[in-house]
Amino acid sequence: MSKMSYSLPIGPIHPALKEPVMFEFEIEGERIVNVDFKVGHVHRGIEWIGTQKNPLQILPIAERICGICNISHPIAFCIAVENAAGIDVPERAQYIRVIVAELERIHSHILWAGVAAHEIGFDSVLFLTWRVREKVLDLIEYLTGNRITKAMFTVGGVRRDITEDQYPKIREALNYYKEMFNKLKHVFLDDKTVMMRSRDCGILTKKEALELCAVGPTARASGVKKDVRVDYAYAAYGDLDIKTVTPDAVTGEVKGDVYDRIIVRLLEVAQSVDIIEQCLDNMPSGDLTAEAKPAKLLALLRKTVGEGVGRAEAPRGEVIHYVKLTGEEHPYTWKVRAPTYNNLMPWVPMLMGEQIADIPIVAASTDPCMSCTNRVTAVINGKRDVLTHEYLHKLSVEKTRRLMQ
Amino acid sequence: MITETFETITWAVLGTIGVGLFGIIFGLAYKGIDRKLAAHMQARVGPPLRQPFWDVIKLFVKENIVPEHAISWIFNLAPAVALGAVIITLLYLPIGGFAPILSGQGDIILILYLLIIPSLAMVIGGFSSGSPYATVGAQREMVMMMSYEFPLAITIIAVSWRLAISQFTNPFAMATIISHPIWNTVGLLGIIGCIMLLIVLLLVTPGEISKIPFDAPEAETEIAGGLLVEYSGRNLGLFYLADAVKTVVMGSLIVAIFFPYNISPFLNLSGYASYIADFVFYLVKLFLVIFFSITLIRVGVARLKIDQIVYTYWIPLTLVSLIGLLLIMFDSISWLHIGWW
Repeated sequence: MSKMSYSLPIGPIHPALKEPVMFEFEIEGERIVNVDFKVGHVHRGIEWIGTQKNPLQILPIAERICGICNISHPIAFCIAVENAAGIDVPERAQYIRVIVAELERIHSHILWAGVAAHEIGFDSVLFLTWRVREKVLDLIEYLTGNRITKAMFTVGGVRRDITEDQYPKIREALNYYKEMFNKLKHVFLDDKTVMMRSRDCGILTKKEALELCAVGPTARASGVKKDVRVDYAYAAYGDLDIKTVTPDAVTGEVKGDVYDRIIVRLLEVAQSVDIIEQCLDNMPSGDLTAEAKPAKLLALLRKTVGEGVGRAEAPRGEVIHYVKLTGEEHPYTWKVRAPTYNNLMPWVPMLMGEQIADIPIVAASTDPCMSCTNRVTAVINGKRDVLTHEYLHKLSVEKTRRLMQ
Repeated sequence: MITETFETITWAVLGTIGVGLFGIIFGLAYKGIDRKLAAHMQARVGPPLRQPFWDVIKLFVKENIVPEHAISWIFNLAPAVALGAVIITLLYLPIGGFAPILSGQGDIILILYLLIIPSLAMVIGGFSSGSPYATVGAQREMVMMMSYEFPLAITIIAVSWRLAISQFTNPFAMATIISHPIWNTVGLLGIIGCIMLLIVLLLVTPGEISKIPFDAPEAETEIAGGLLVEYSGRNLGLFYLADAVKTVVMGSLIVAIFFPYNISPFLNLSGYASYIADFVFYLVKLFLVIFFSITLIRVGVARLKIDQIVYTYWIPLTLVSLIGLLLIMFDSISWLHIGWW
């Protein structure tokens, strides 16, 4: 640390952060010269809890990994278990999964837009966007019975149907968002002060995004065409007309700054509306689940030996669930990788060289979700510790040696 | 002789107490109105109008914590200095039909200096609290002071200078400024210049009292309240009051320079009725100034970064105020003076 600089801790509890994460900045005047961060404040041992329960009991827990991505985690988990057990999901259920997942994306992106506005001190826009978001929450409640935690999915299908007589209300809400889209676009993309705060701020170049494995809107805003819905289509996405969104659709160039991330999320709201309309138009008839009786389904899963990986595009990026079933009541392993895990390291190039004033909006621009990310907390001799690369490497070498004996 | 002196002193003391109470009560009331209106503009219900009063009462009964690393006497003194300085500033400003309690030859220059003291007290309090957030906030506040001071000074000097050109005695005295409204003195060019200066002053006001978009020193989402992060209880309450009174001070300054008109001559009122009418009219003018310079701006824009604030004040606003000054200067040249009346 040079003589000119001083350290500024931000977090774990700070008004700029919606969830605990600890930043340690080295600042010169207002400029950030170095940044480090520590995660692991909200480790809940969810994977361990999961290995004490059967797959159907894990579903509600998977839904509670993240308050906002409560569709993405169950869908990834269901796909993983379905892969392991070789269950084919009926087509109608696939379409319903897509509709609910896209409704979640709309509400998540609009929620983010409000948070971002609050971070730059634009509270009027916060209240506007969250009022706009109410409409989709009402629709979700109408379709699933809950505003947030939807409890829609089961292994092999969905638990509730979306019927023809529900279409008018869905279409009404979609039309509302089509109208509001232009208004939101005007507020976020044309406002002078929003532009001043977000343009050329927190830049993540395409090269850095690729090197650090950024996912979701963060990667797409840097020009990386990466979207699980397109690249590895799951559920009904393969049938639908869907393109990866990049910011050059609006501005004609990719800068990878906060402004571009706003553009990507806004366009994805419009895209989600379009996807739901396509689903409603092409909704096939058929069963809701591959196996309607839970007892029979559990019996099948108990007999299953195998492993499966489920990938889904959450509003924040790619969610991966890995499940290993060994012919027992409970899964042998359940591994969750939330998108924020990949989007943590891009914070460093984004924040480097920026001002203190940029910290909240840049940190928020990846839409971080800390409690989804925290899979492990190292406590050694009663103290929190950081496991270094060398230590982990040593552990894995020892493990390999043990296996070779 | 002695009774006369005694009487003068008594009046001065009573007047000071009265003006102080006026500043605090109406400052808090305007804060309540501001919050309510801002809430309605954001489609919220908002707090009740008396909420700022409850906030202050609550703050005064709460524990006053002095951080371990703070220099406690400076830390405790700063809020009192801030409140004292803004109340003294208010003594130099006319309130309704009442003349200022204190007056002299260079009131307006003195007001310029007095306005710095609350900000300076906050800076000193922030630095003495020993928190990195407060230190960042204090640095930002100093930078802010350097940036808005120049357009503010140009505006005020321009008006006084124009009065001096028109052969009024004591052009820097508040009494001269309010008895000879600038609009009556200048011609067409001057009026355009004055409108520009008024806009500059309306935009300097949110900077003076650290409101969005110029609230970088306190930025809650960035540095968690900045200067005030370590303040609690009575000390925070005093800063809250100082902020409320400073709002009235800035509003009154704009009213005194640009809208010093009274309503009683138009209504042919005299005696107590004229005082009441003028006072109510003054409150309305004050409300309009506060509404346009604080409430309307703060709901309509995002917070700026400190370098953007400096740029905004130094380049566009200074340019506008200099052009305003030039127009007023040209206006004083006789063949350019266009009066349409």
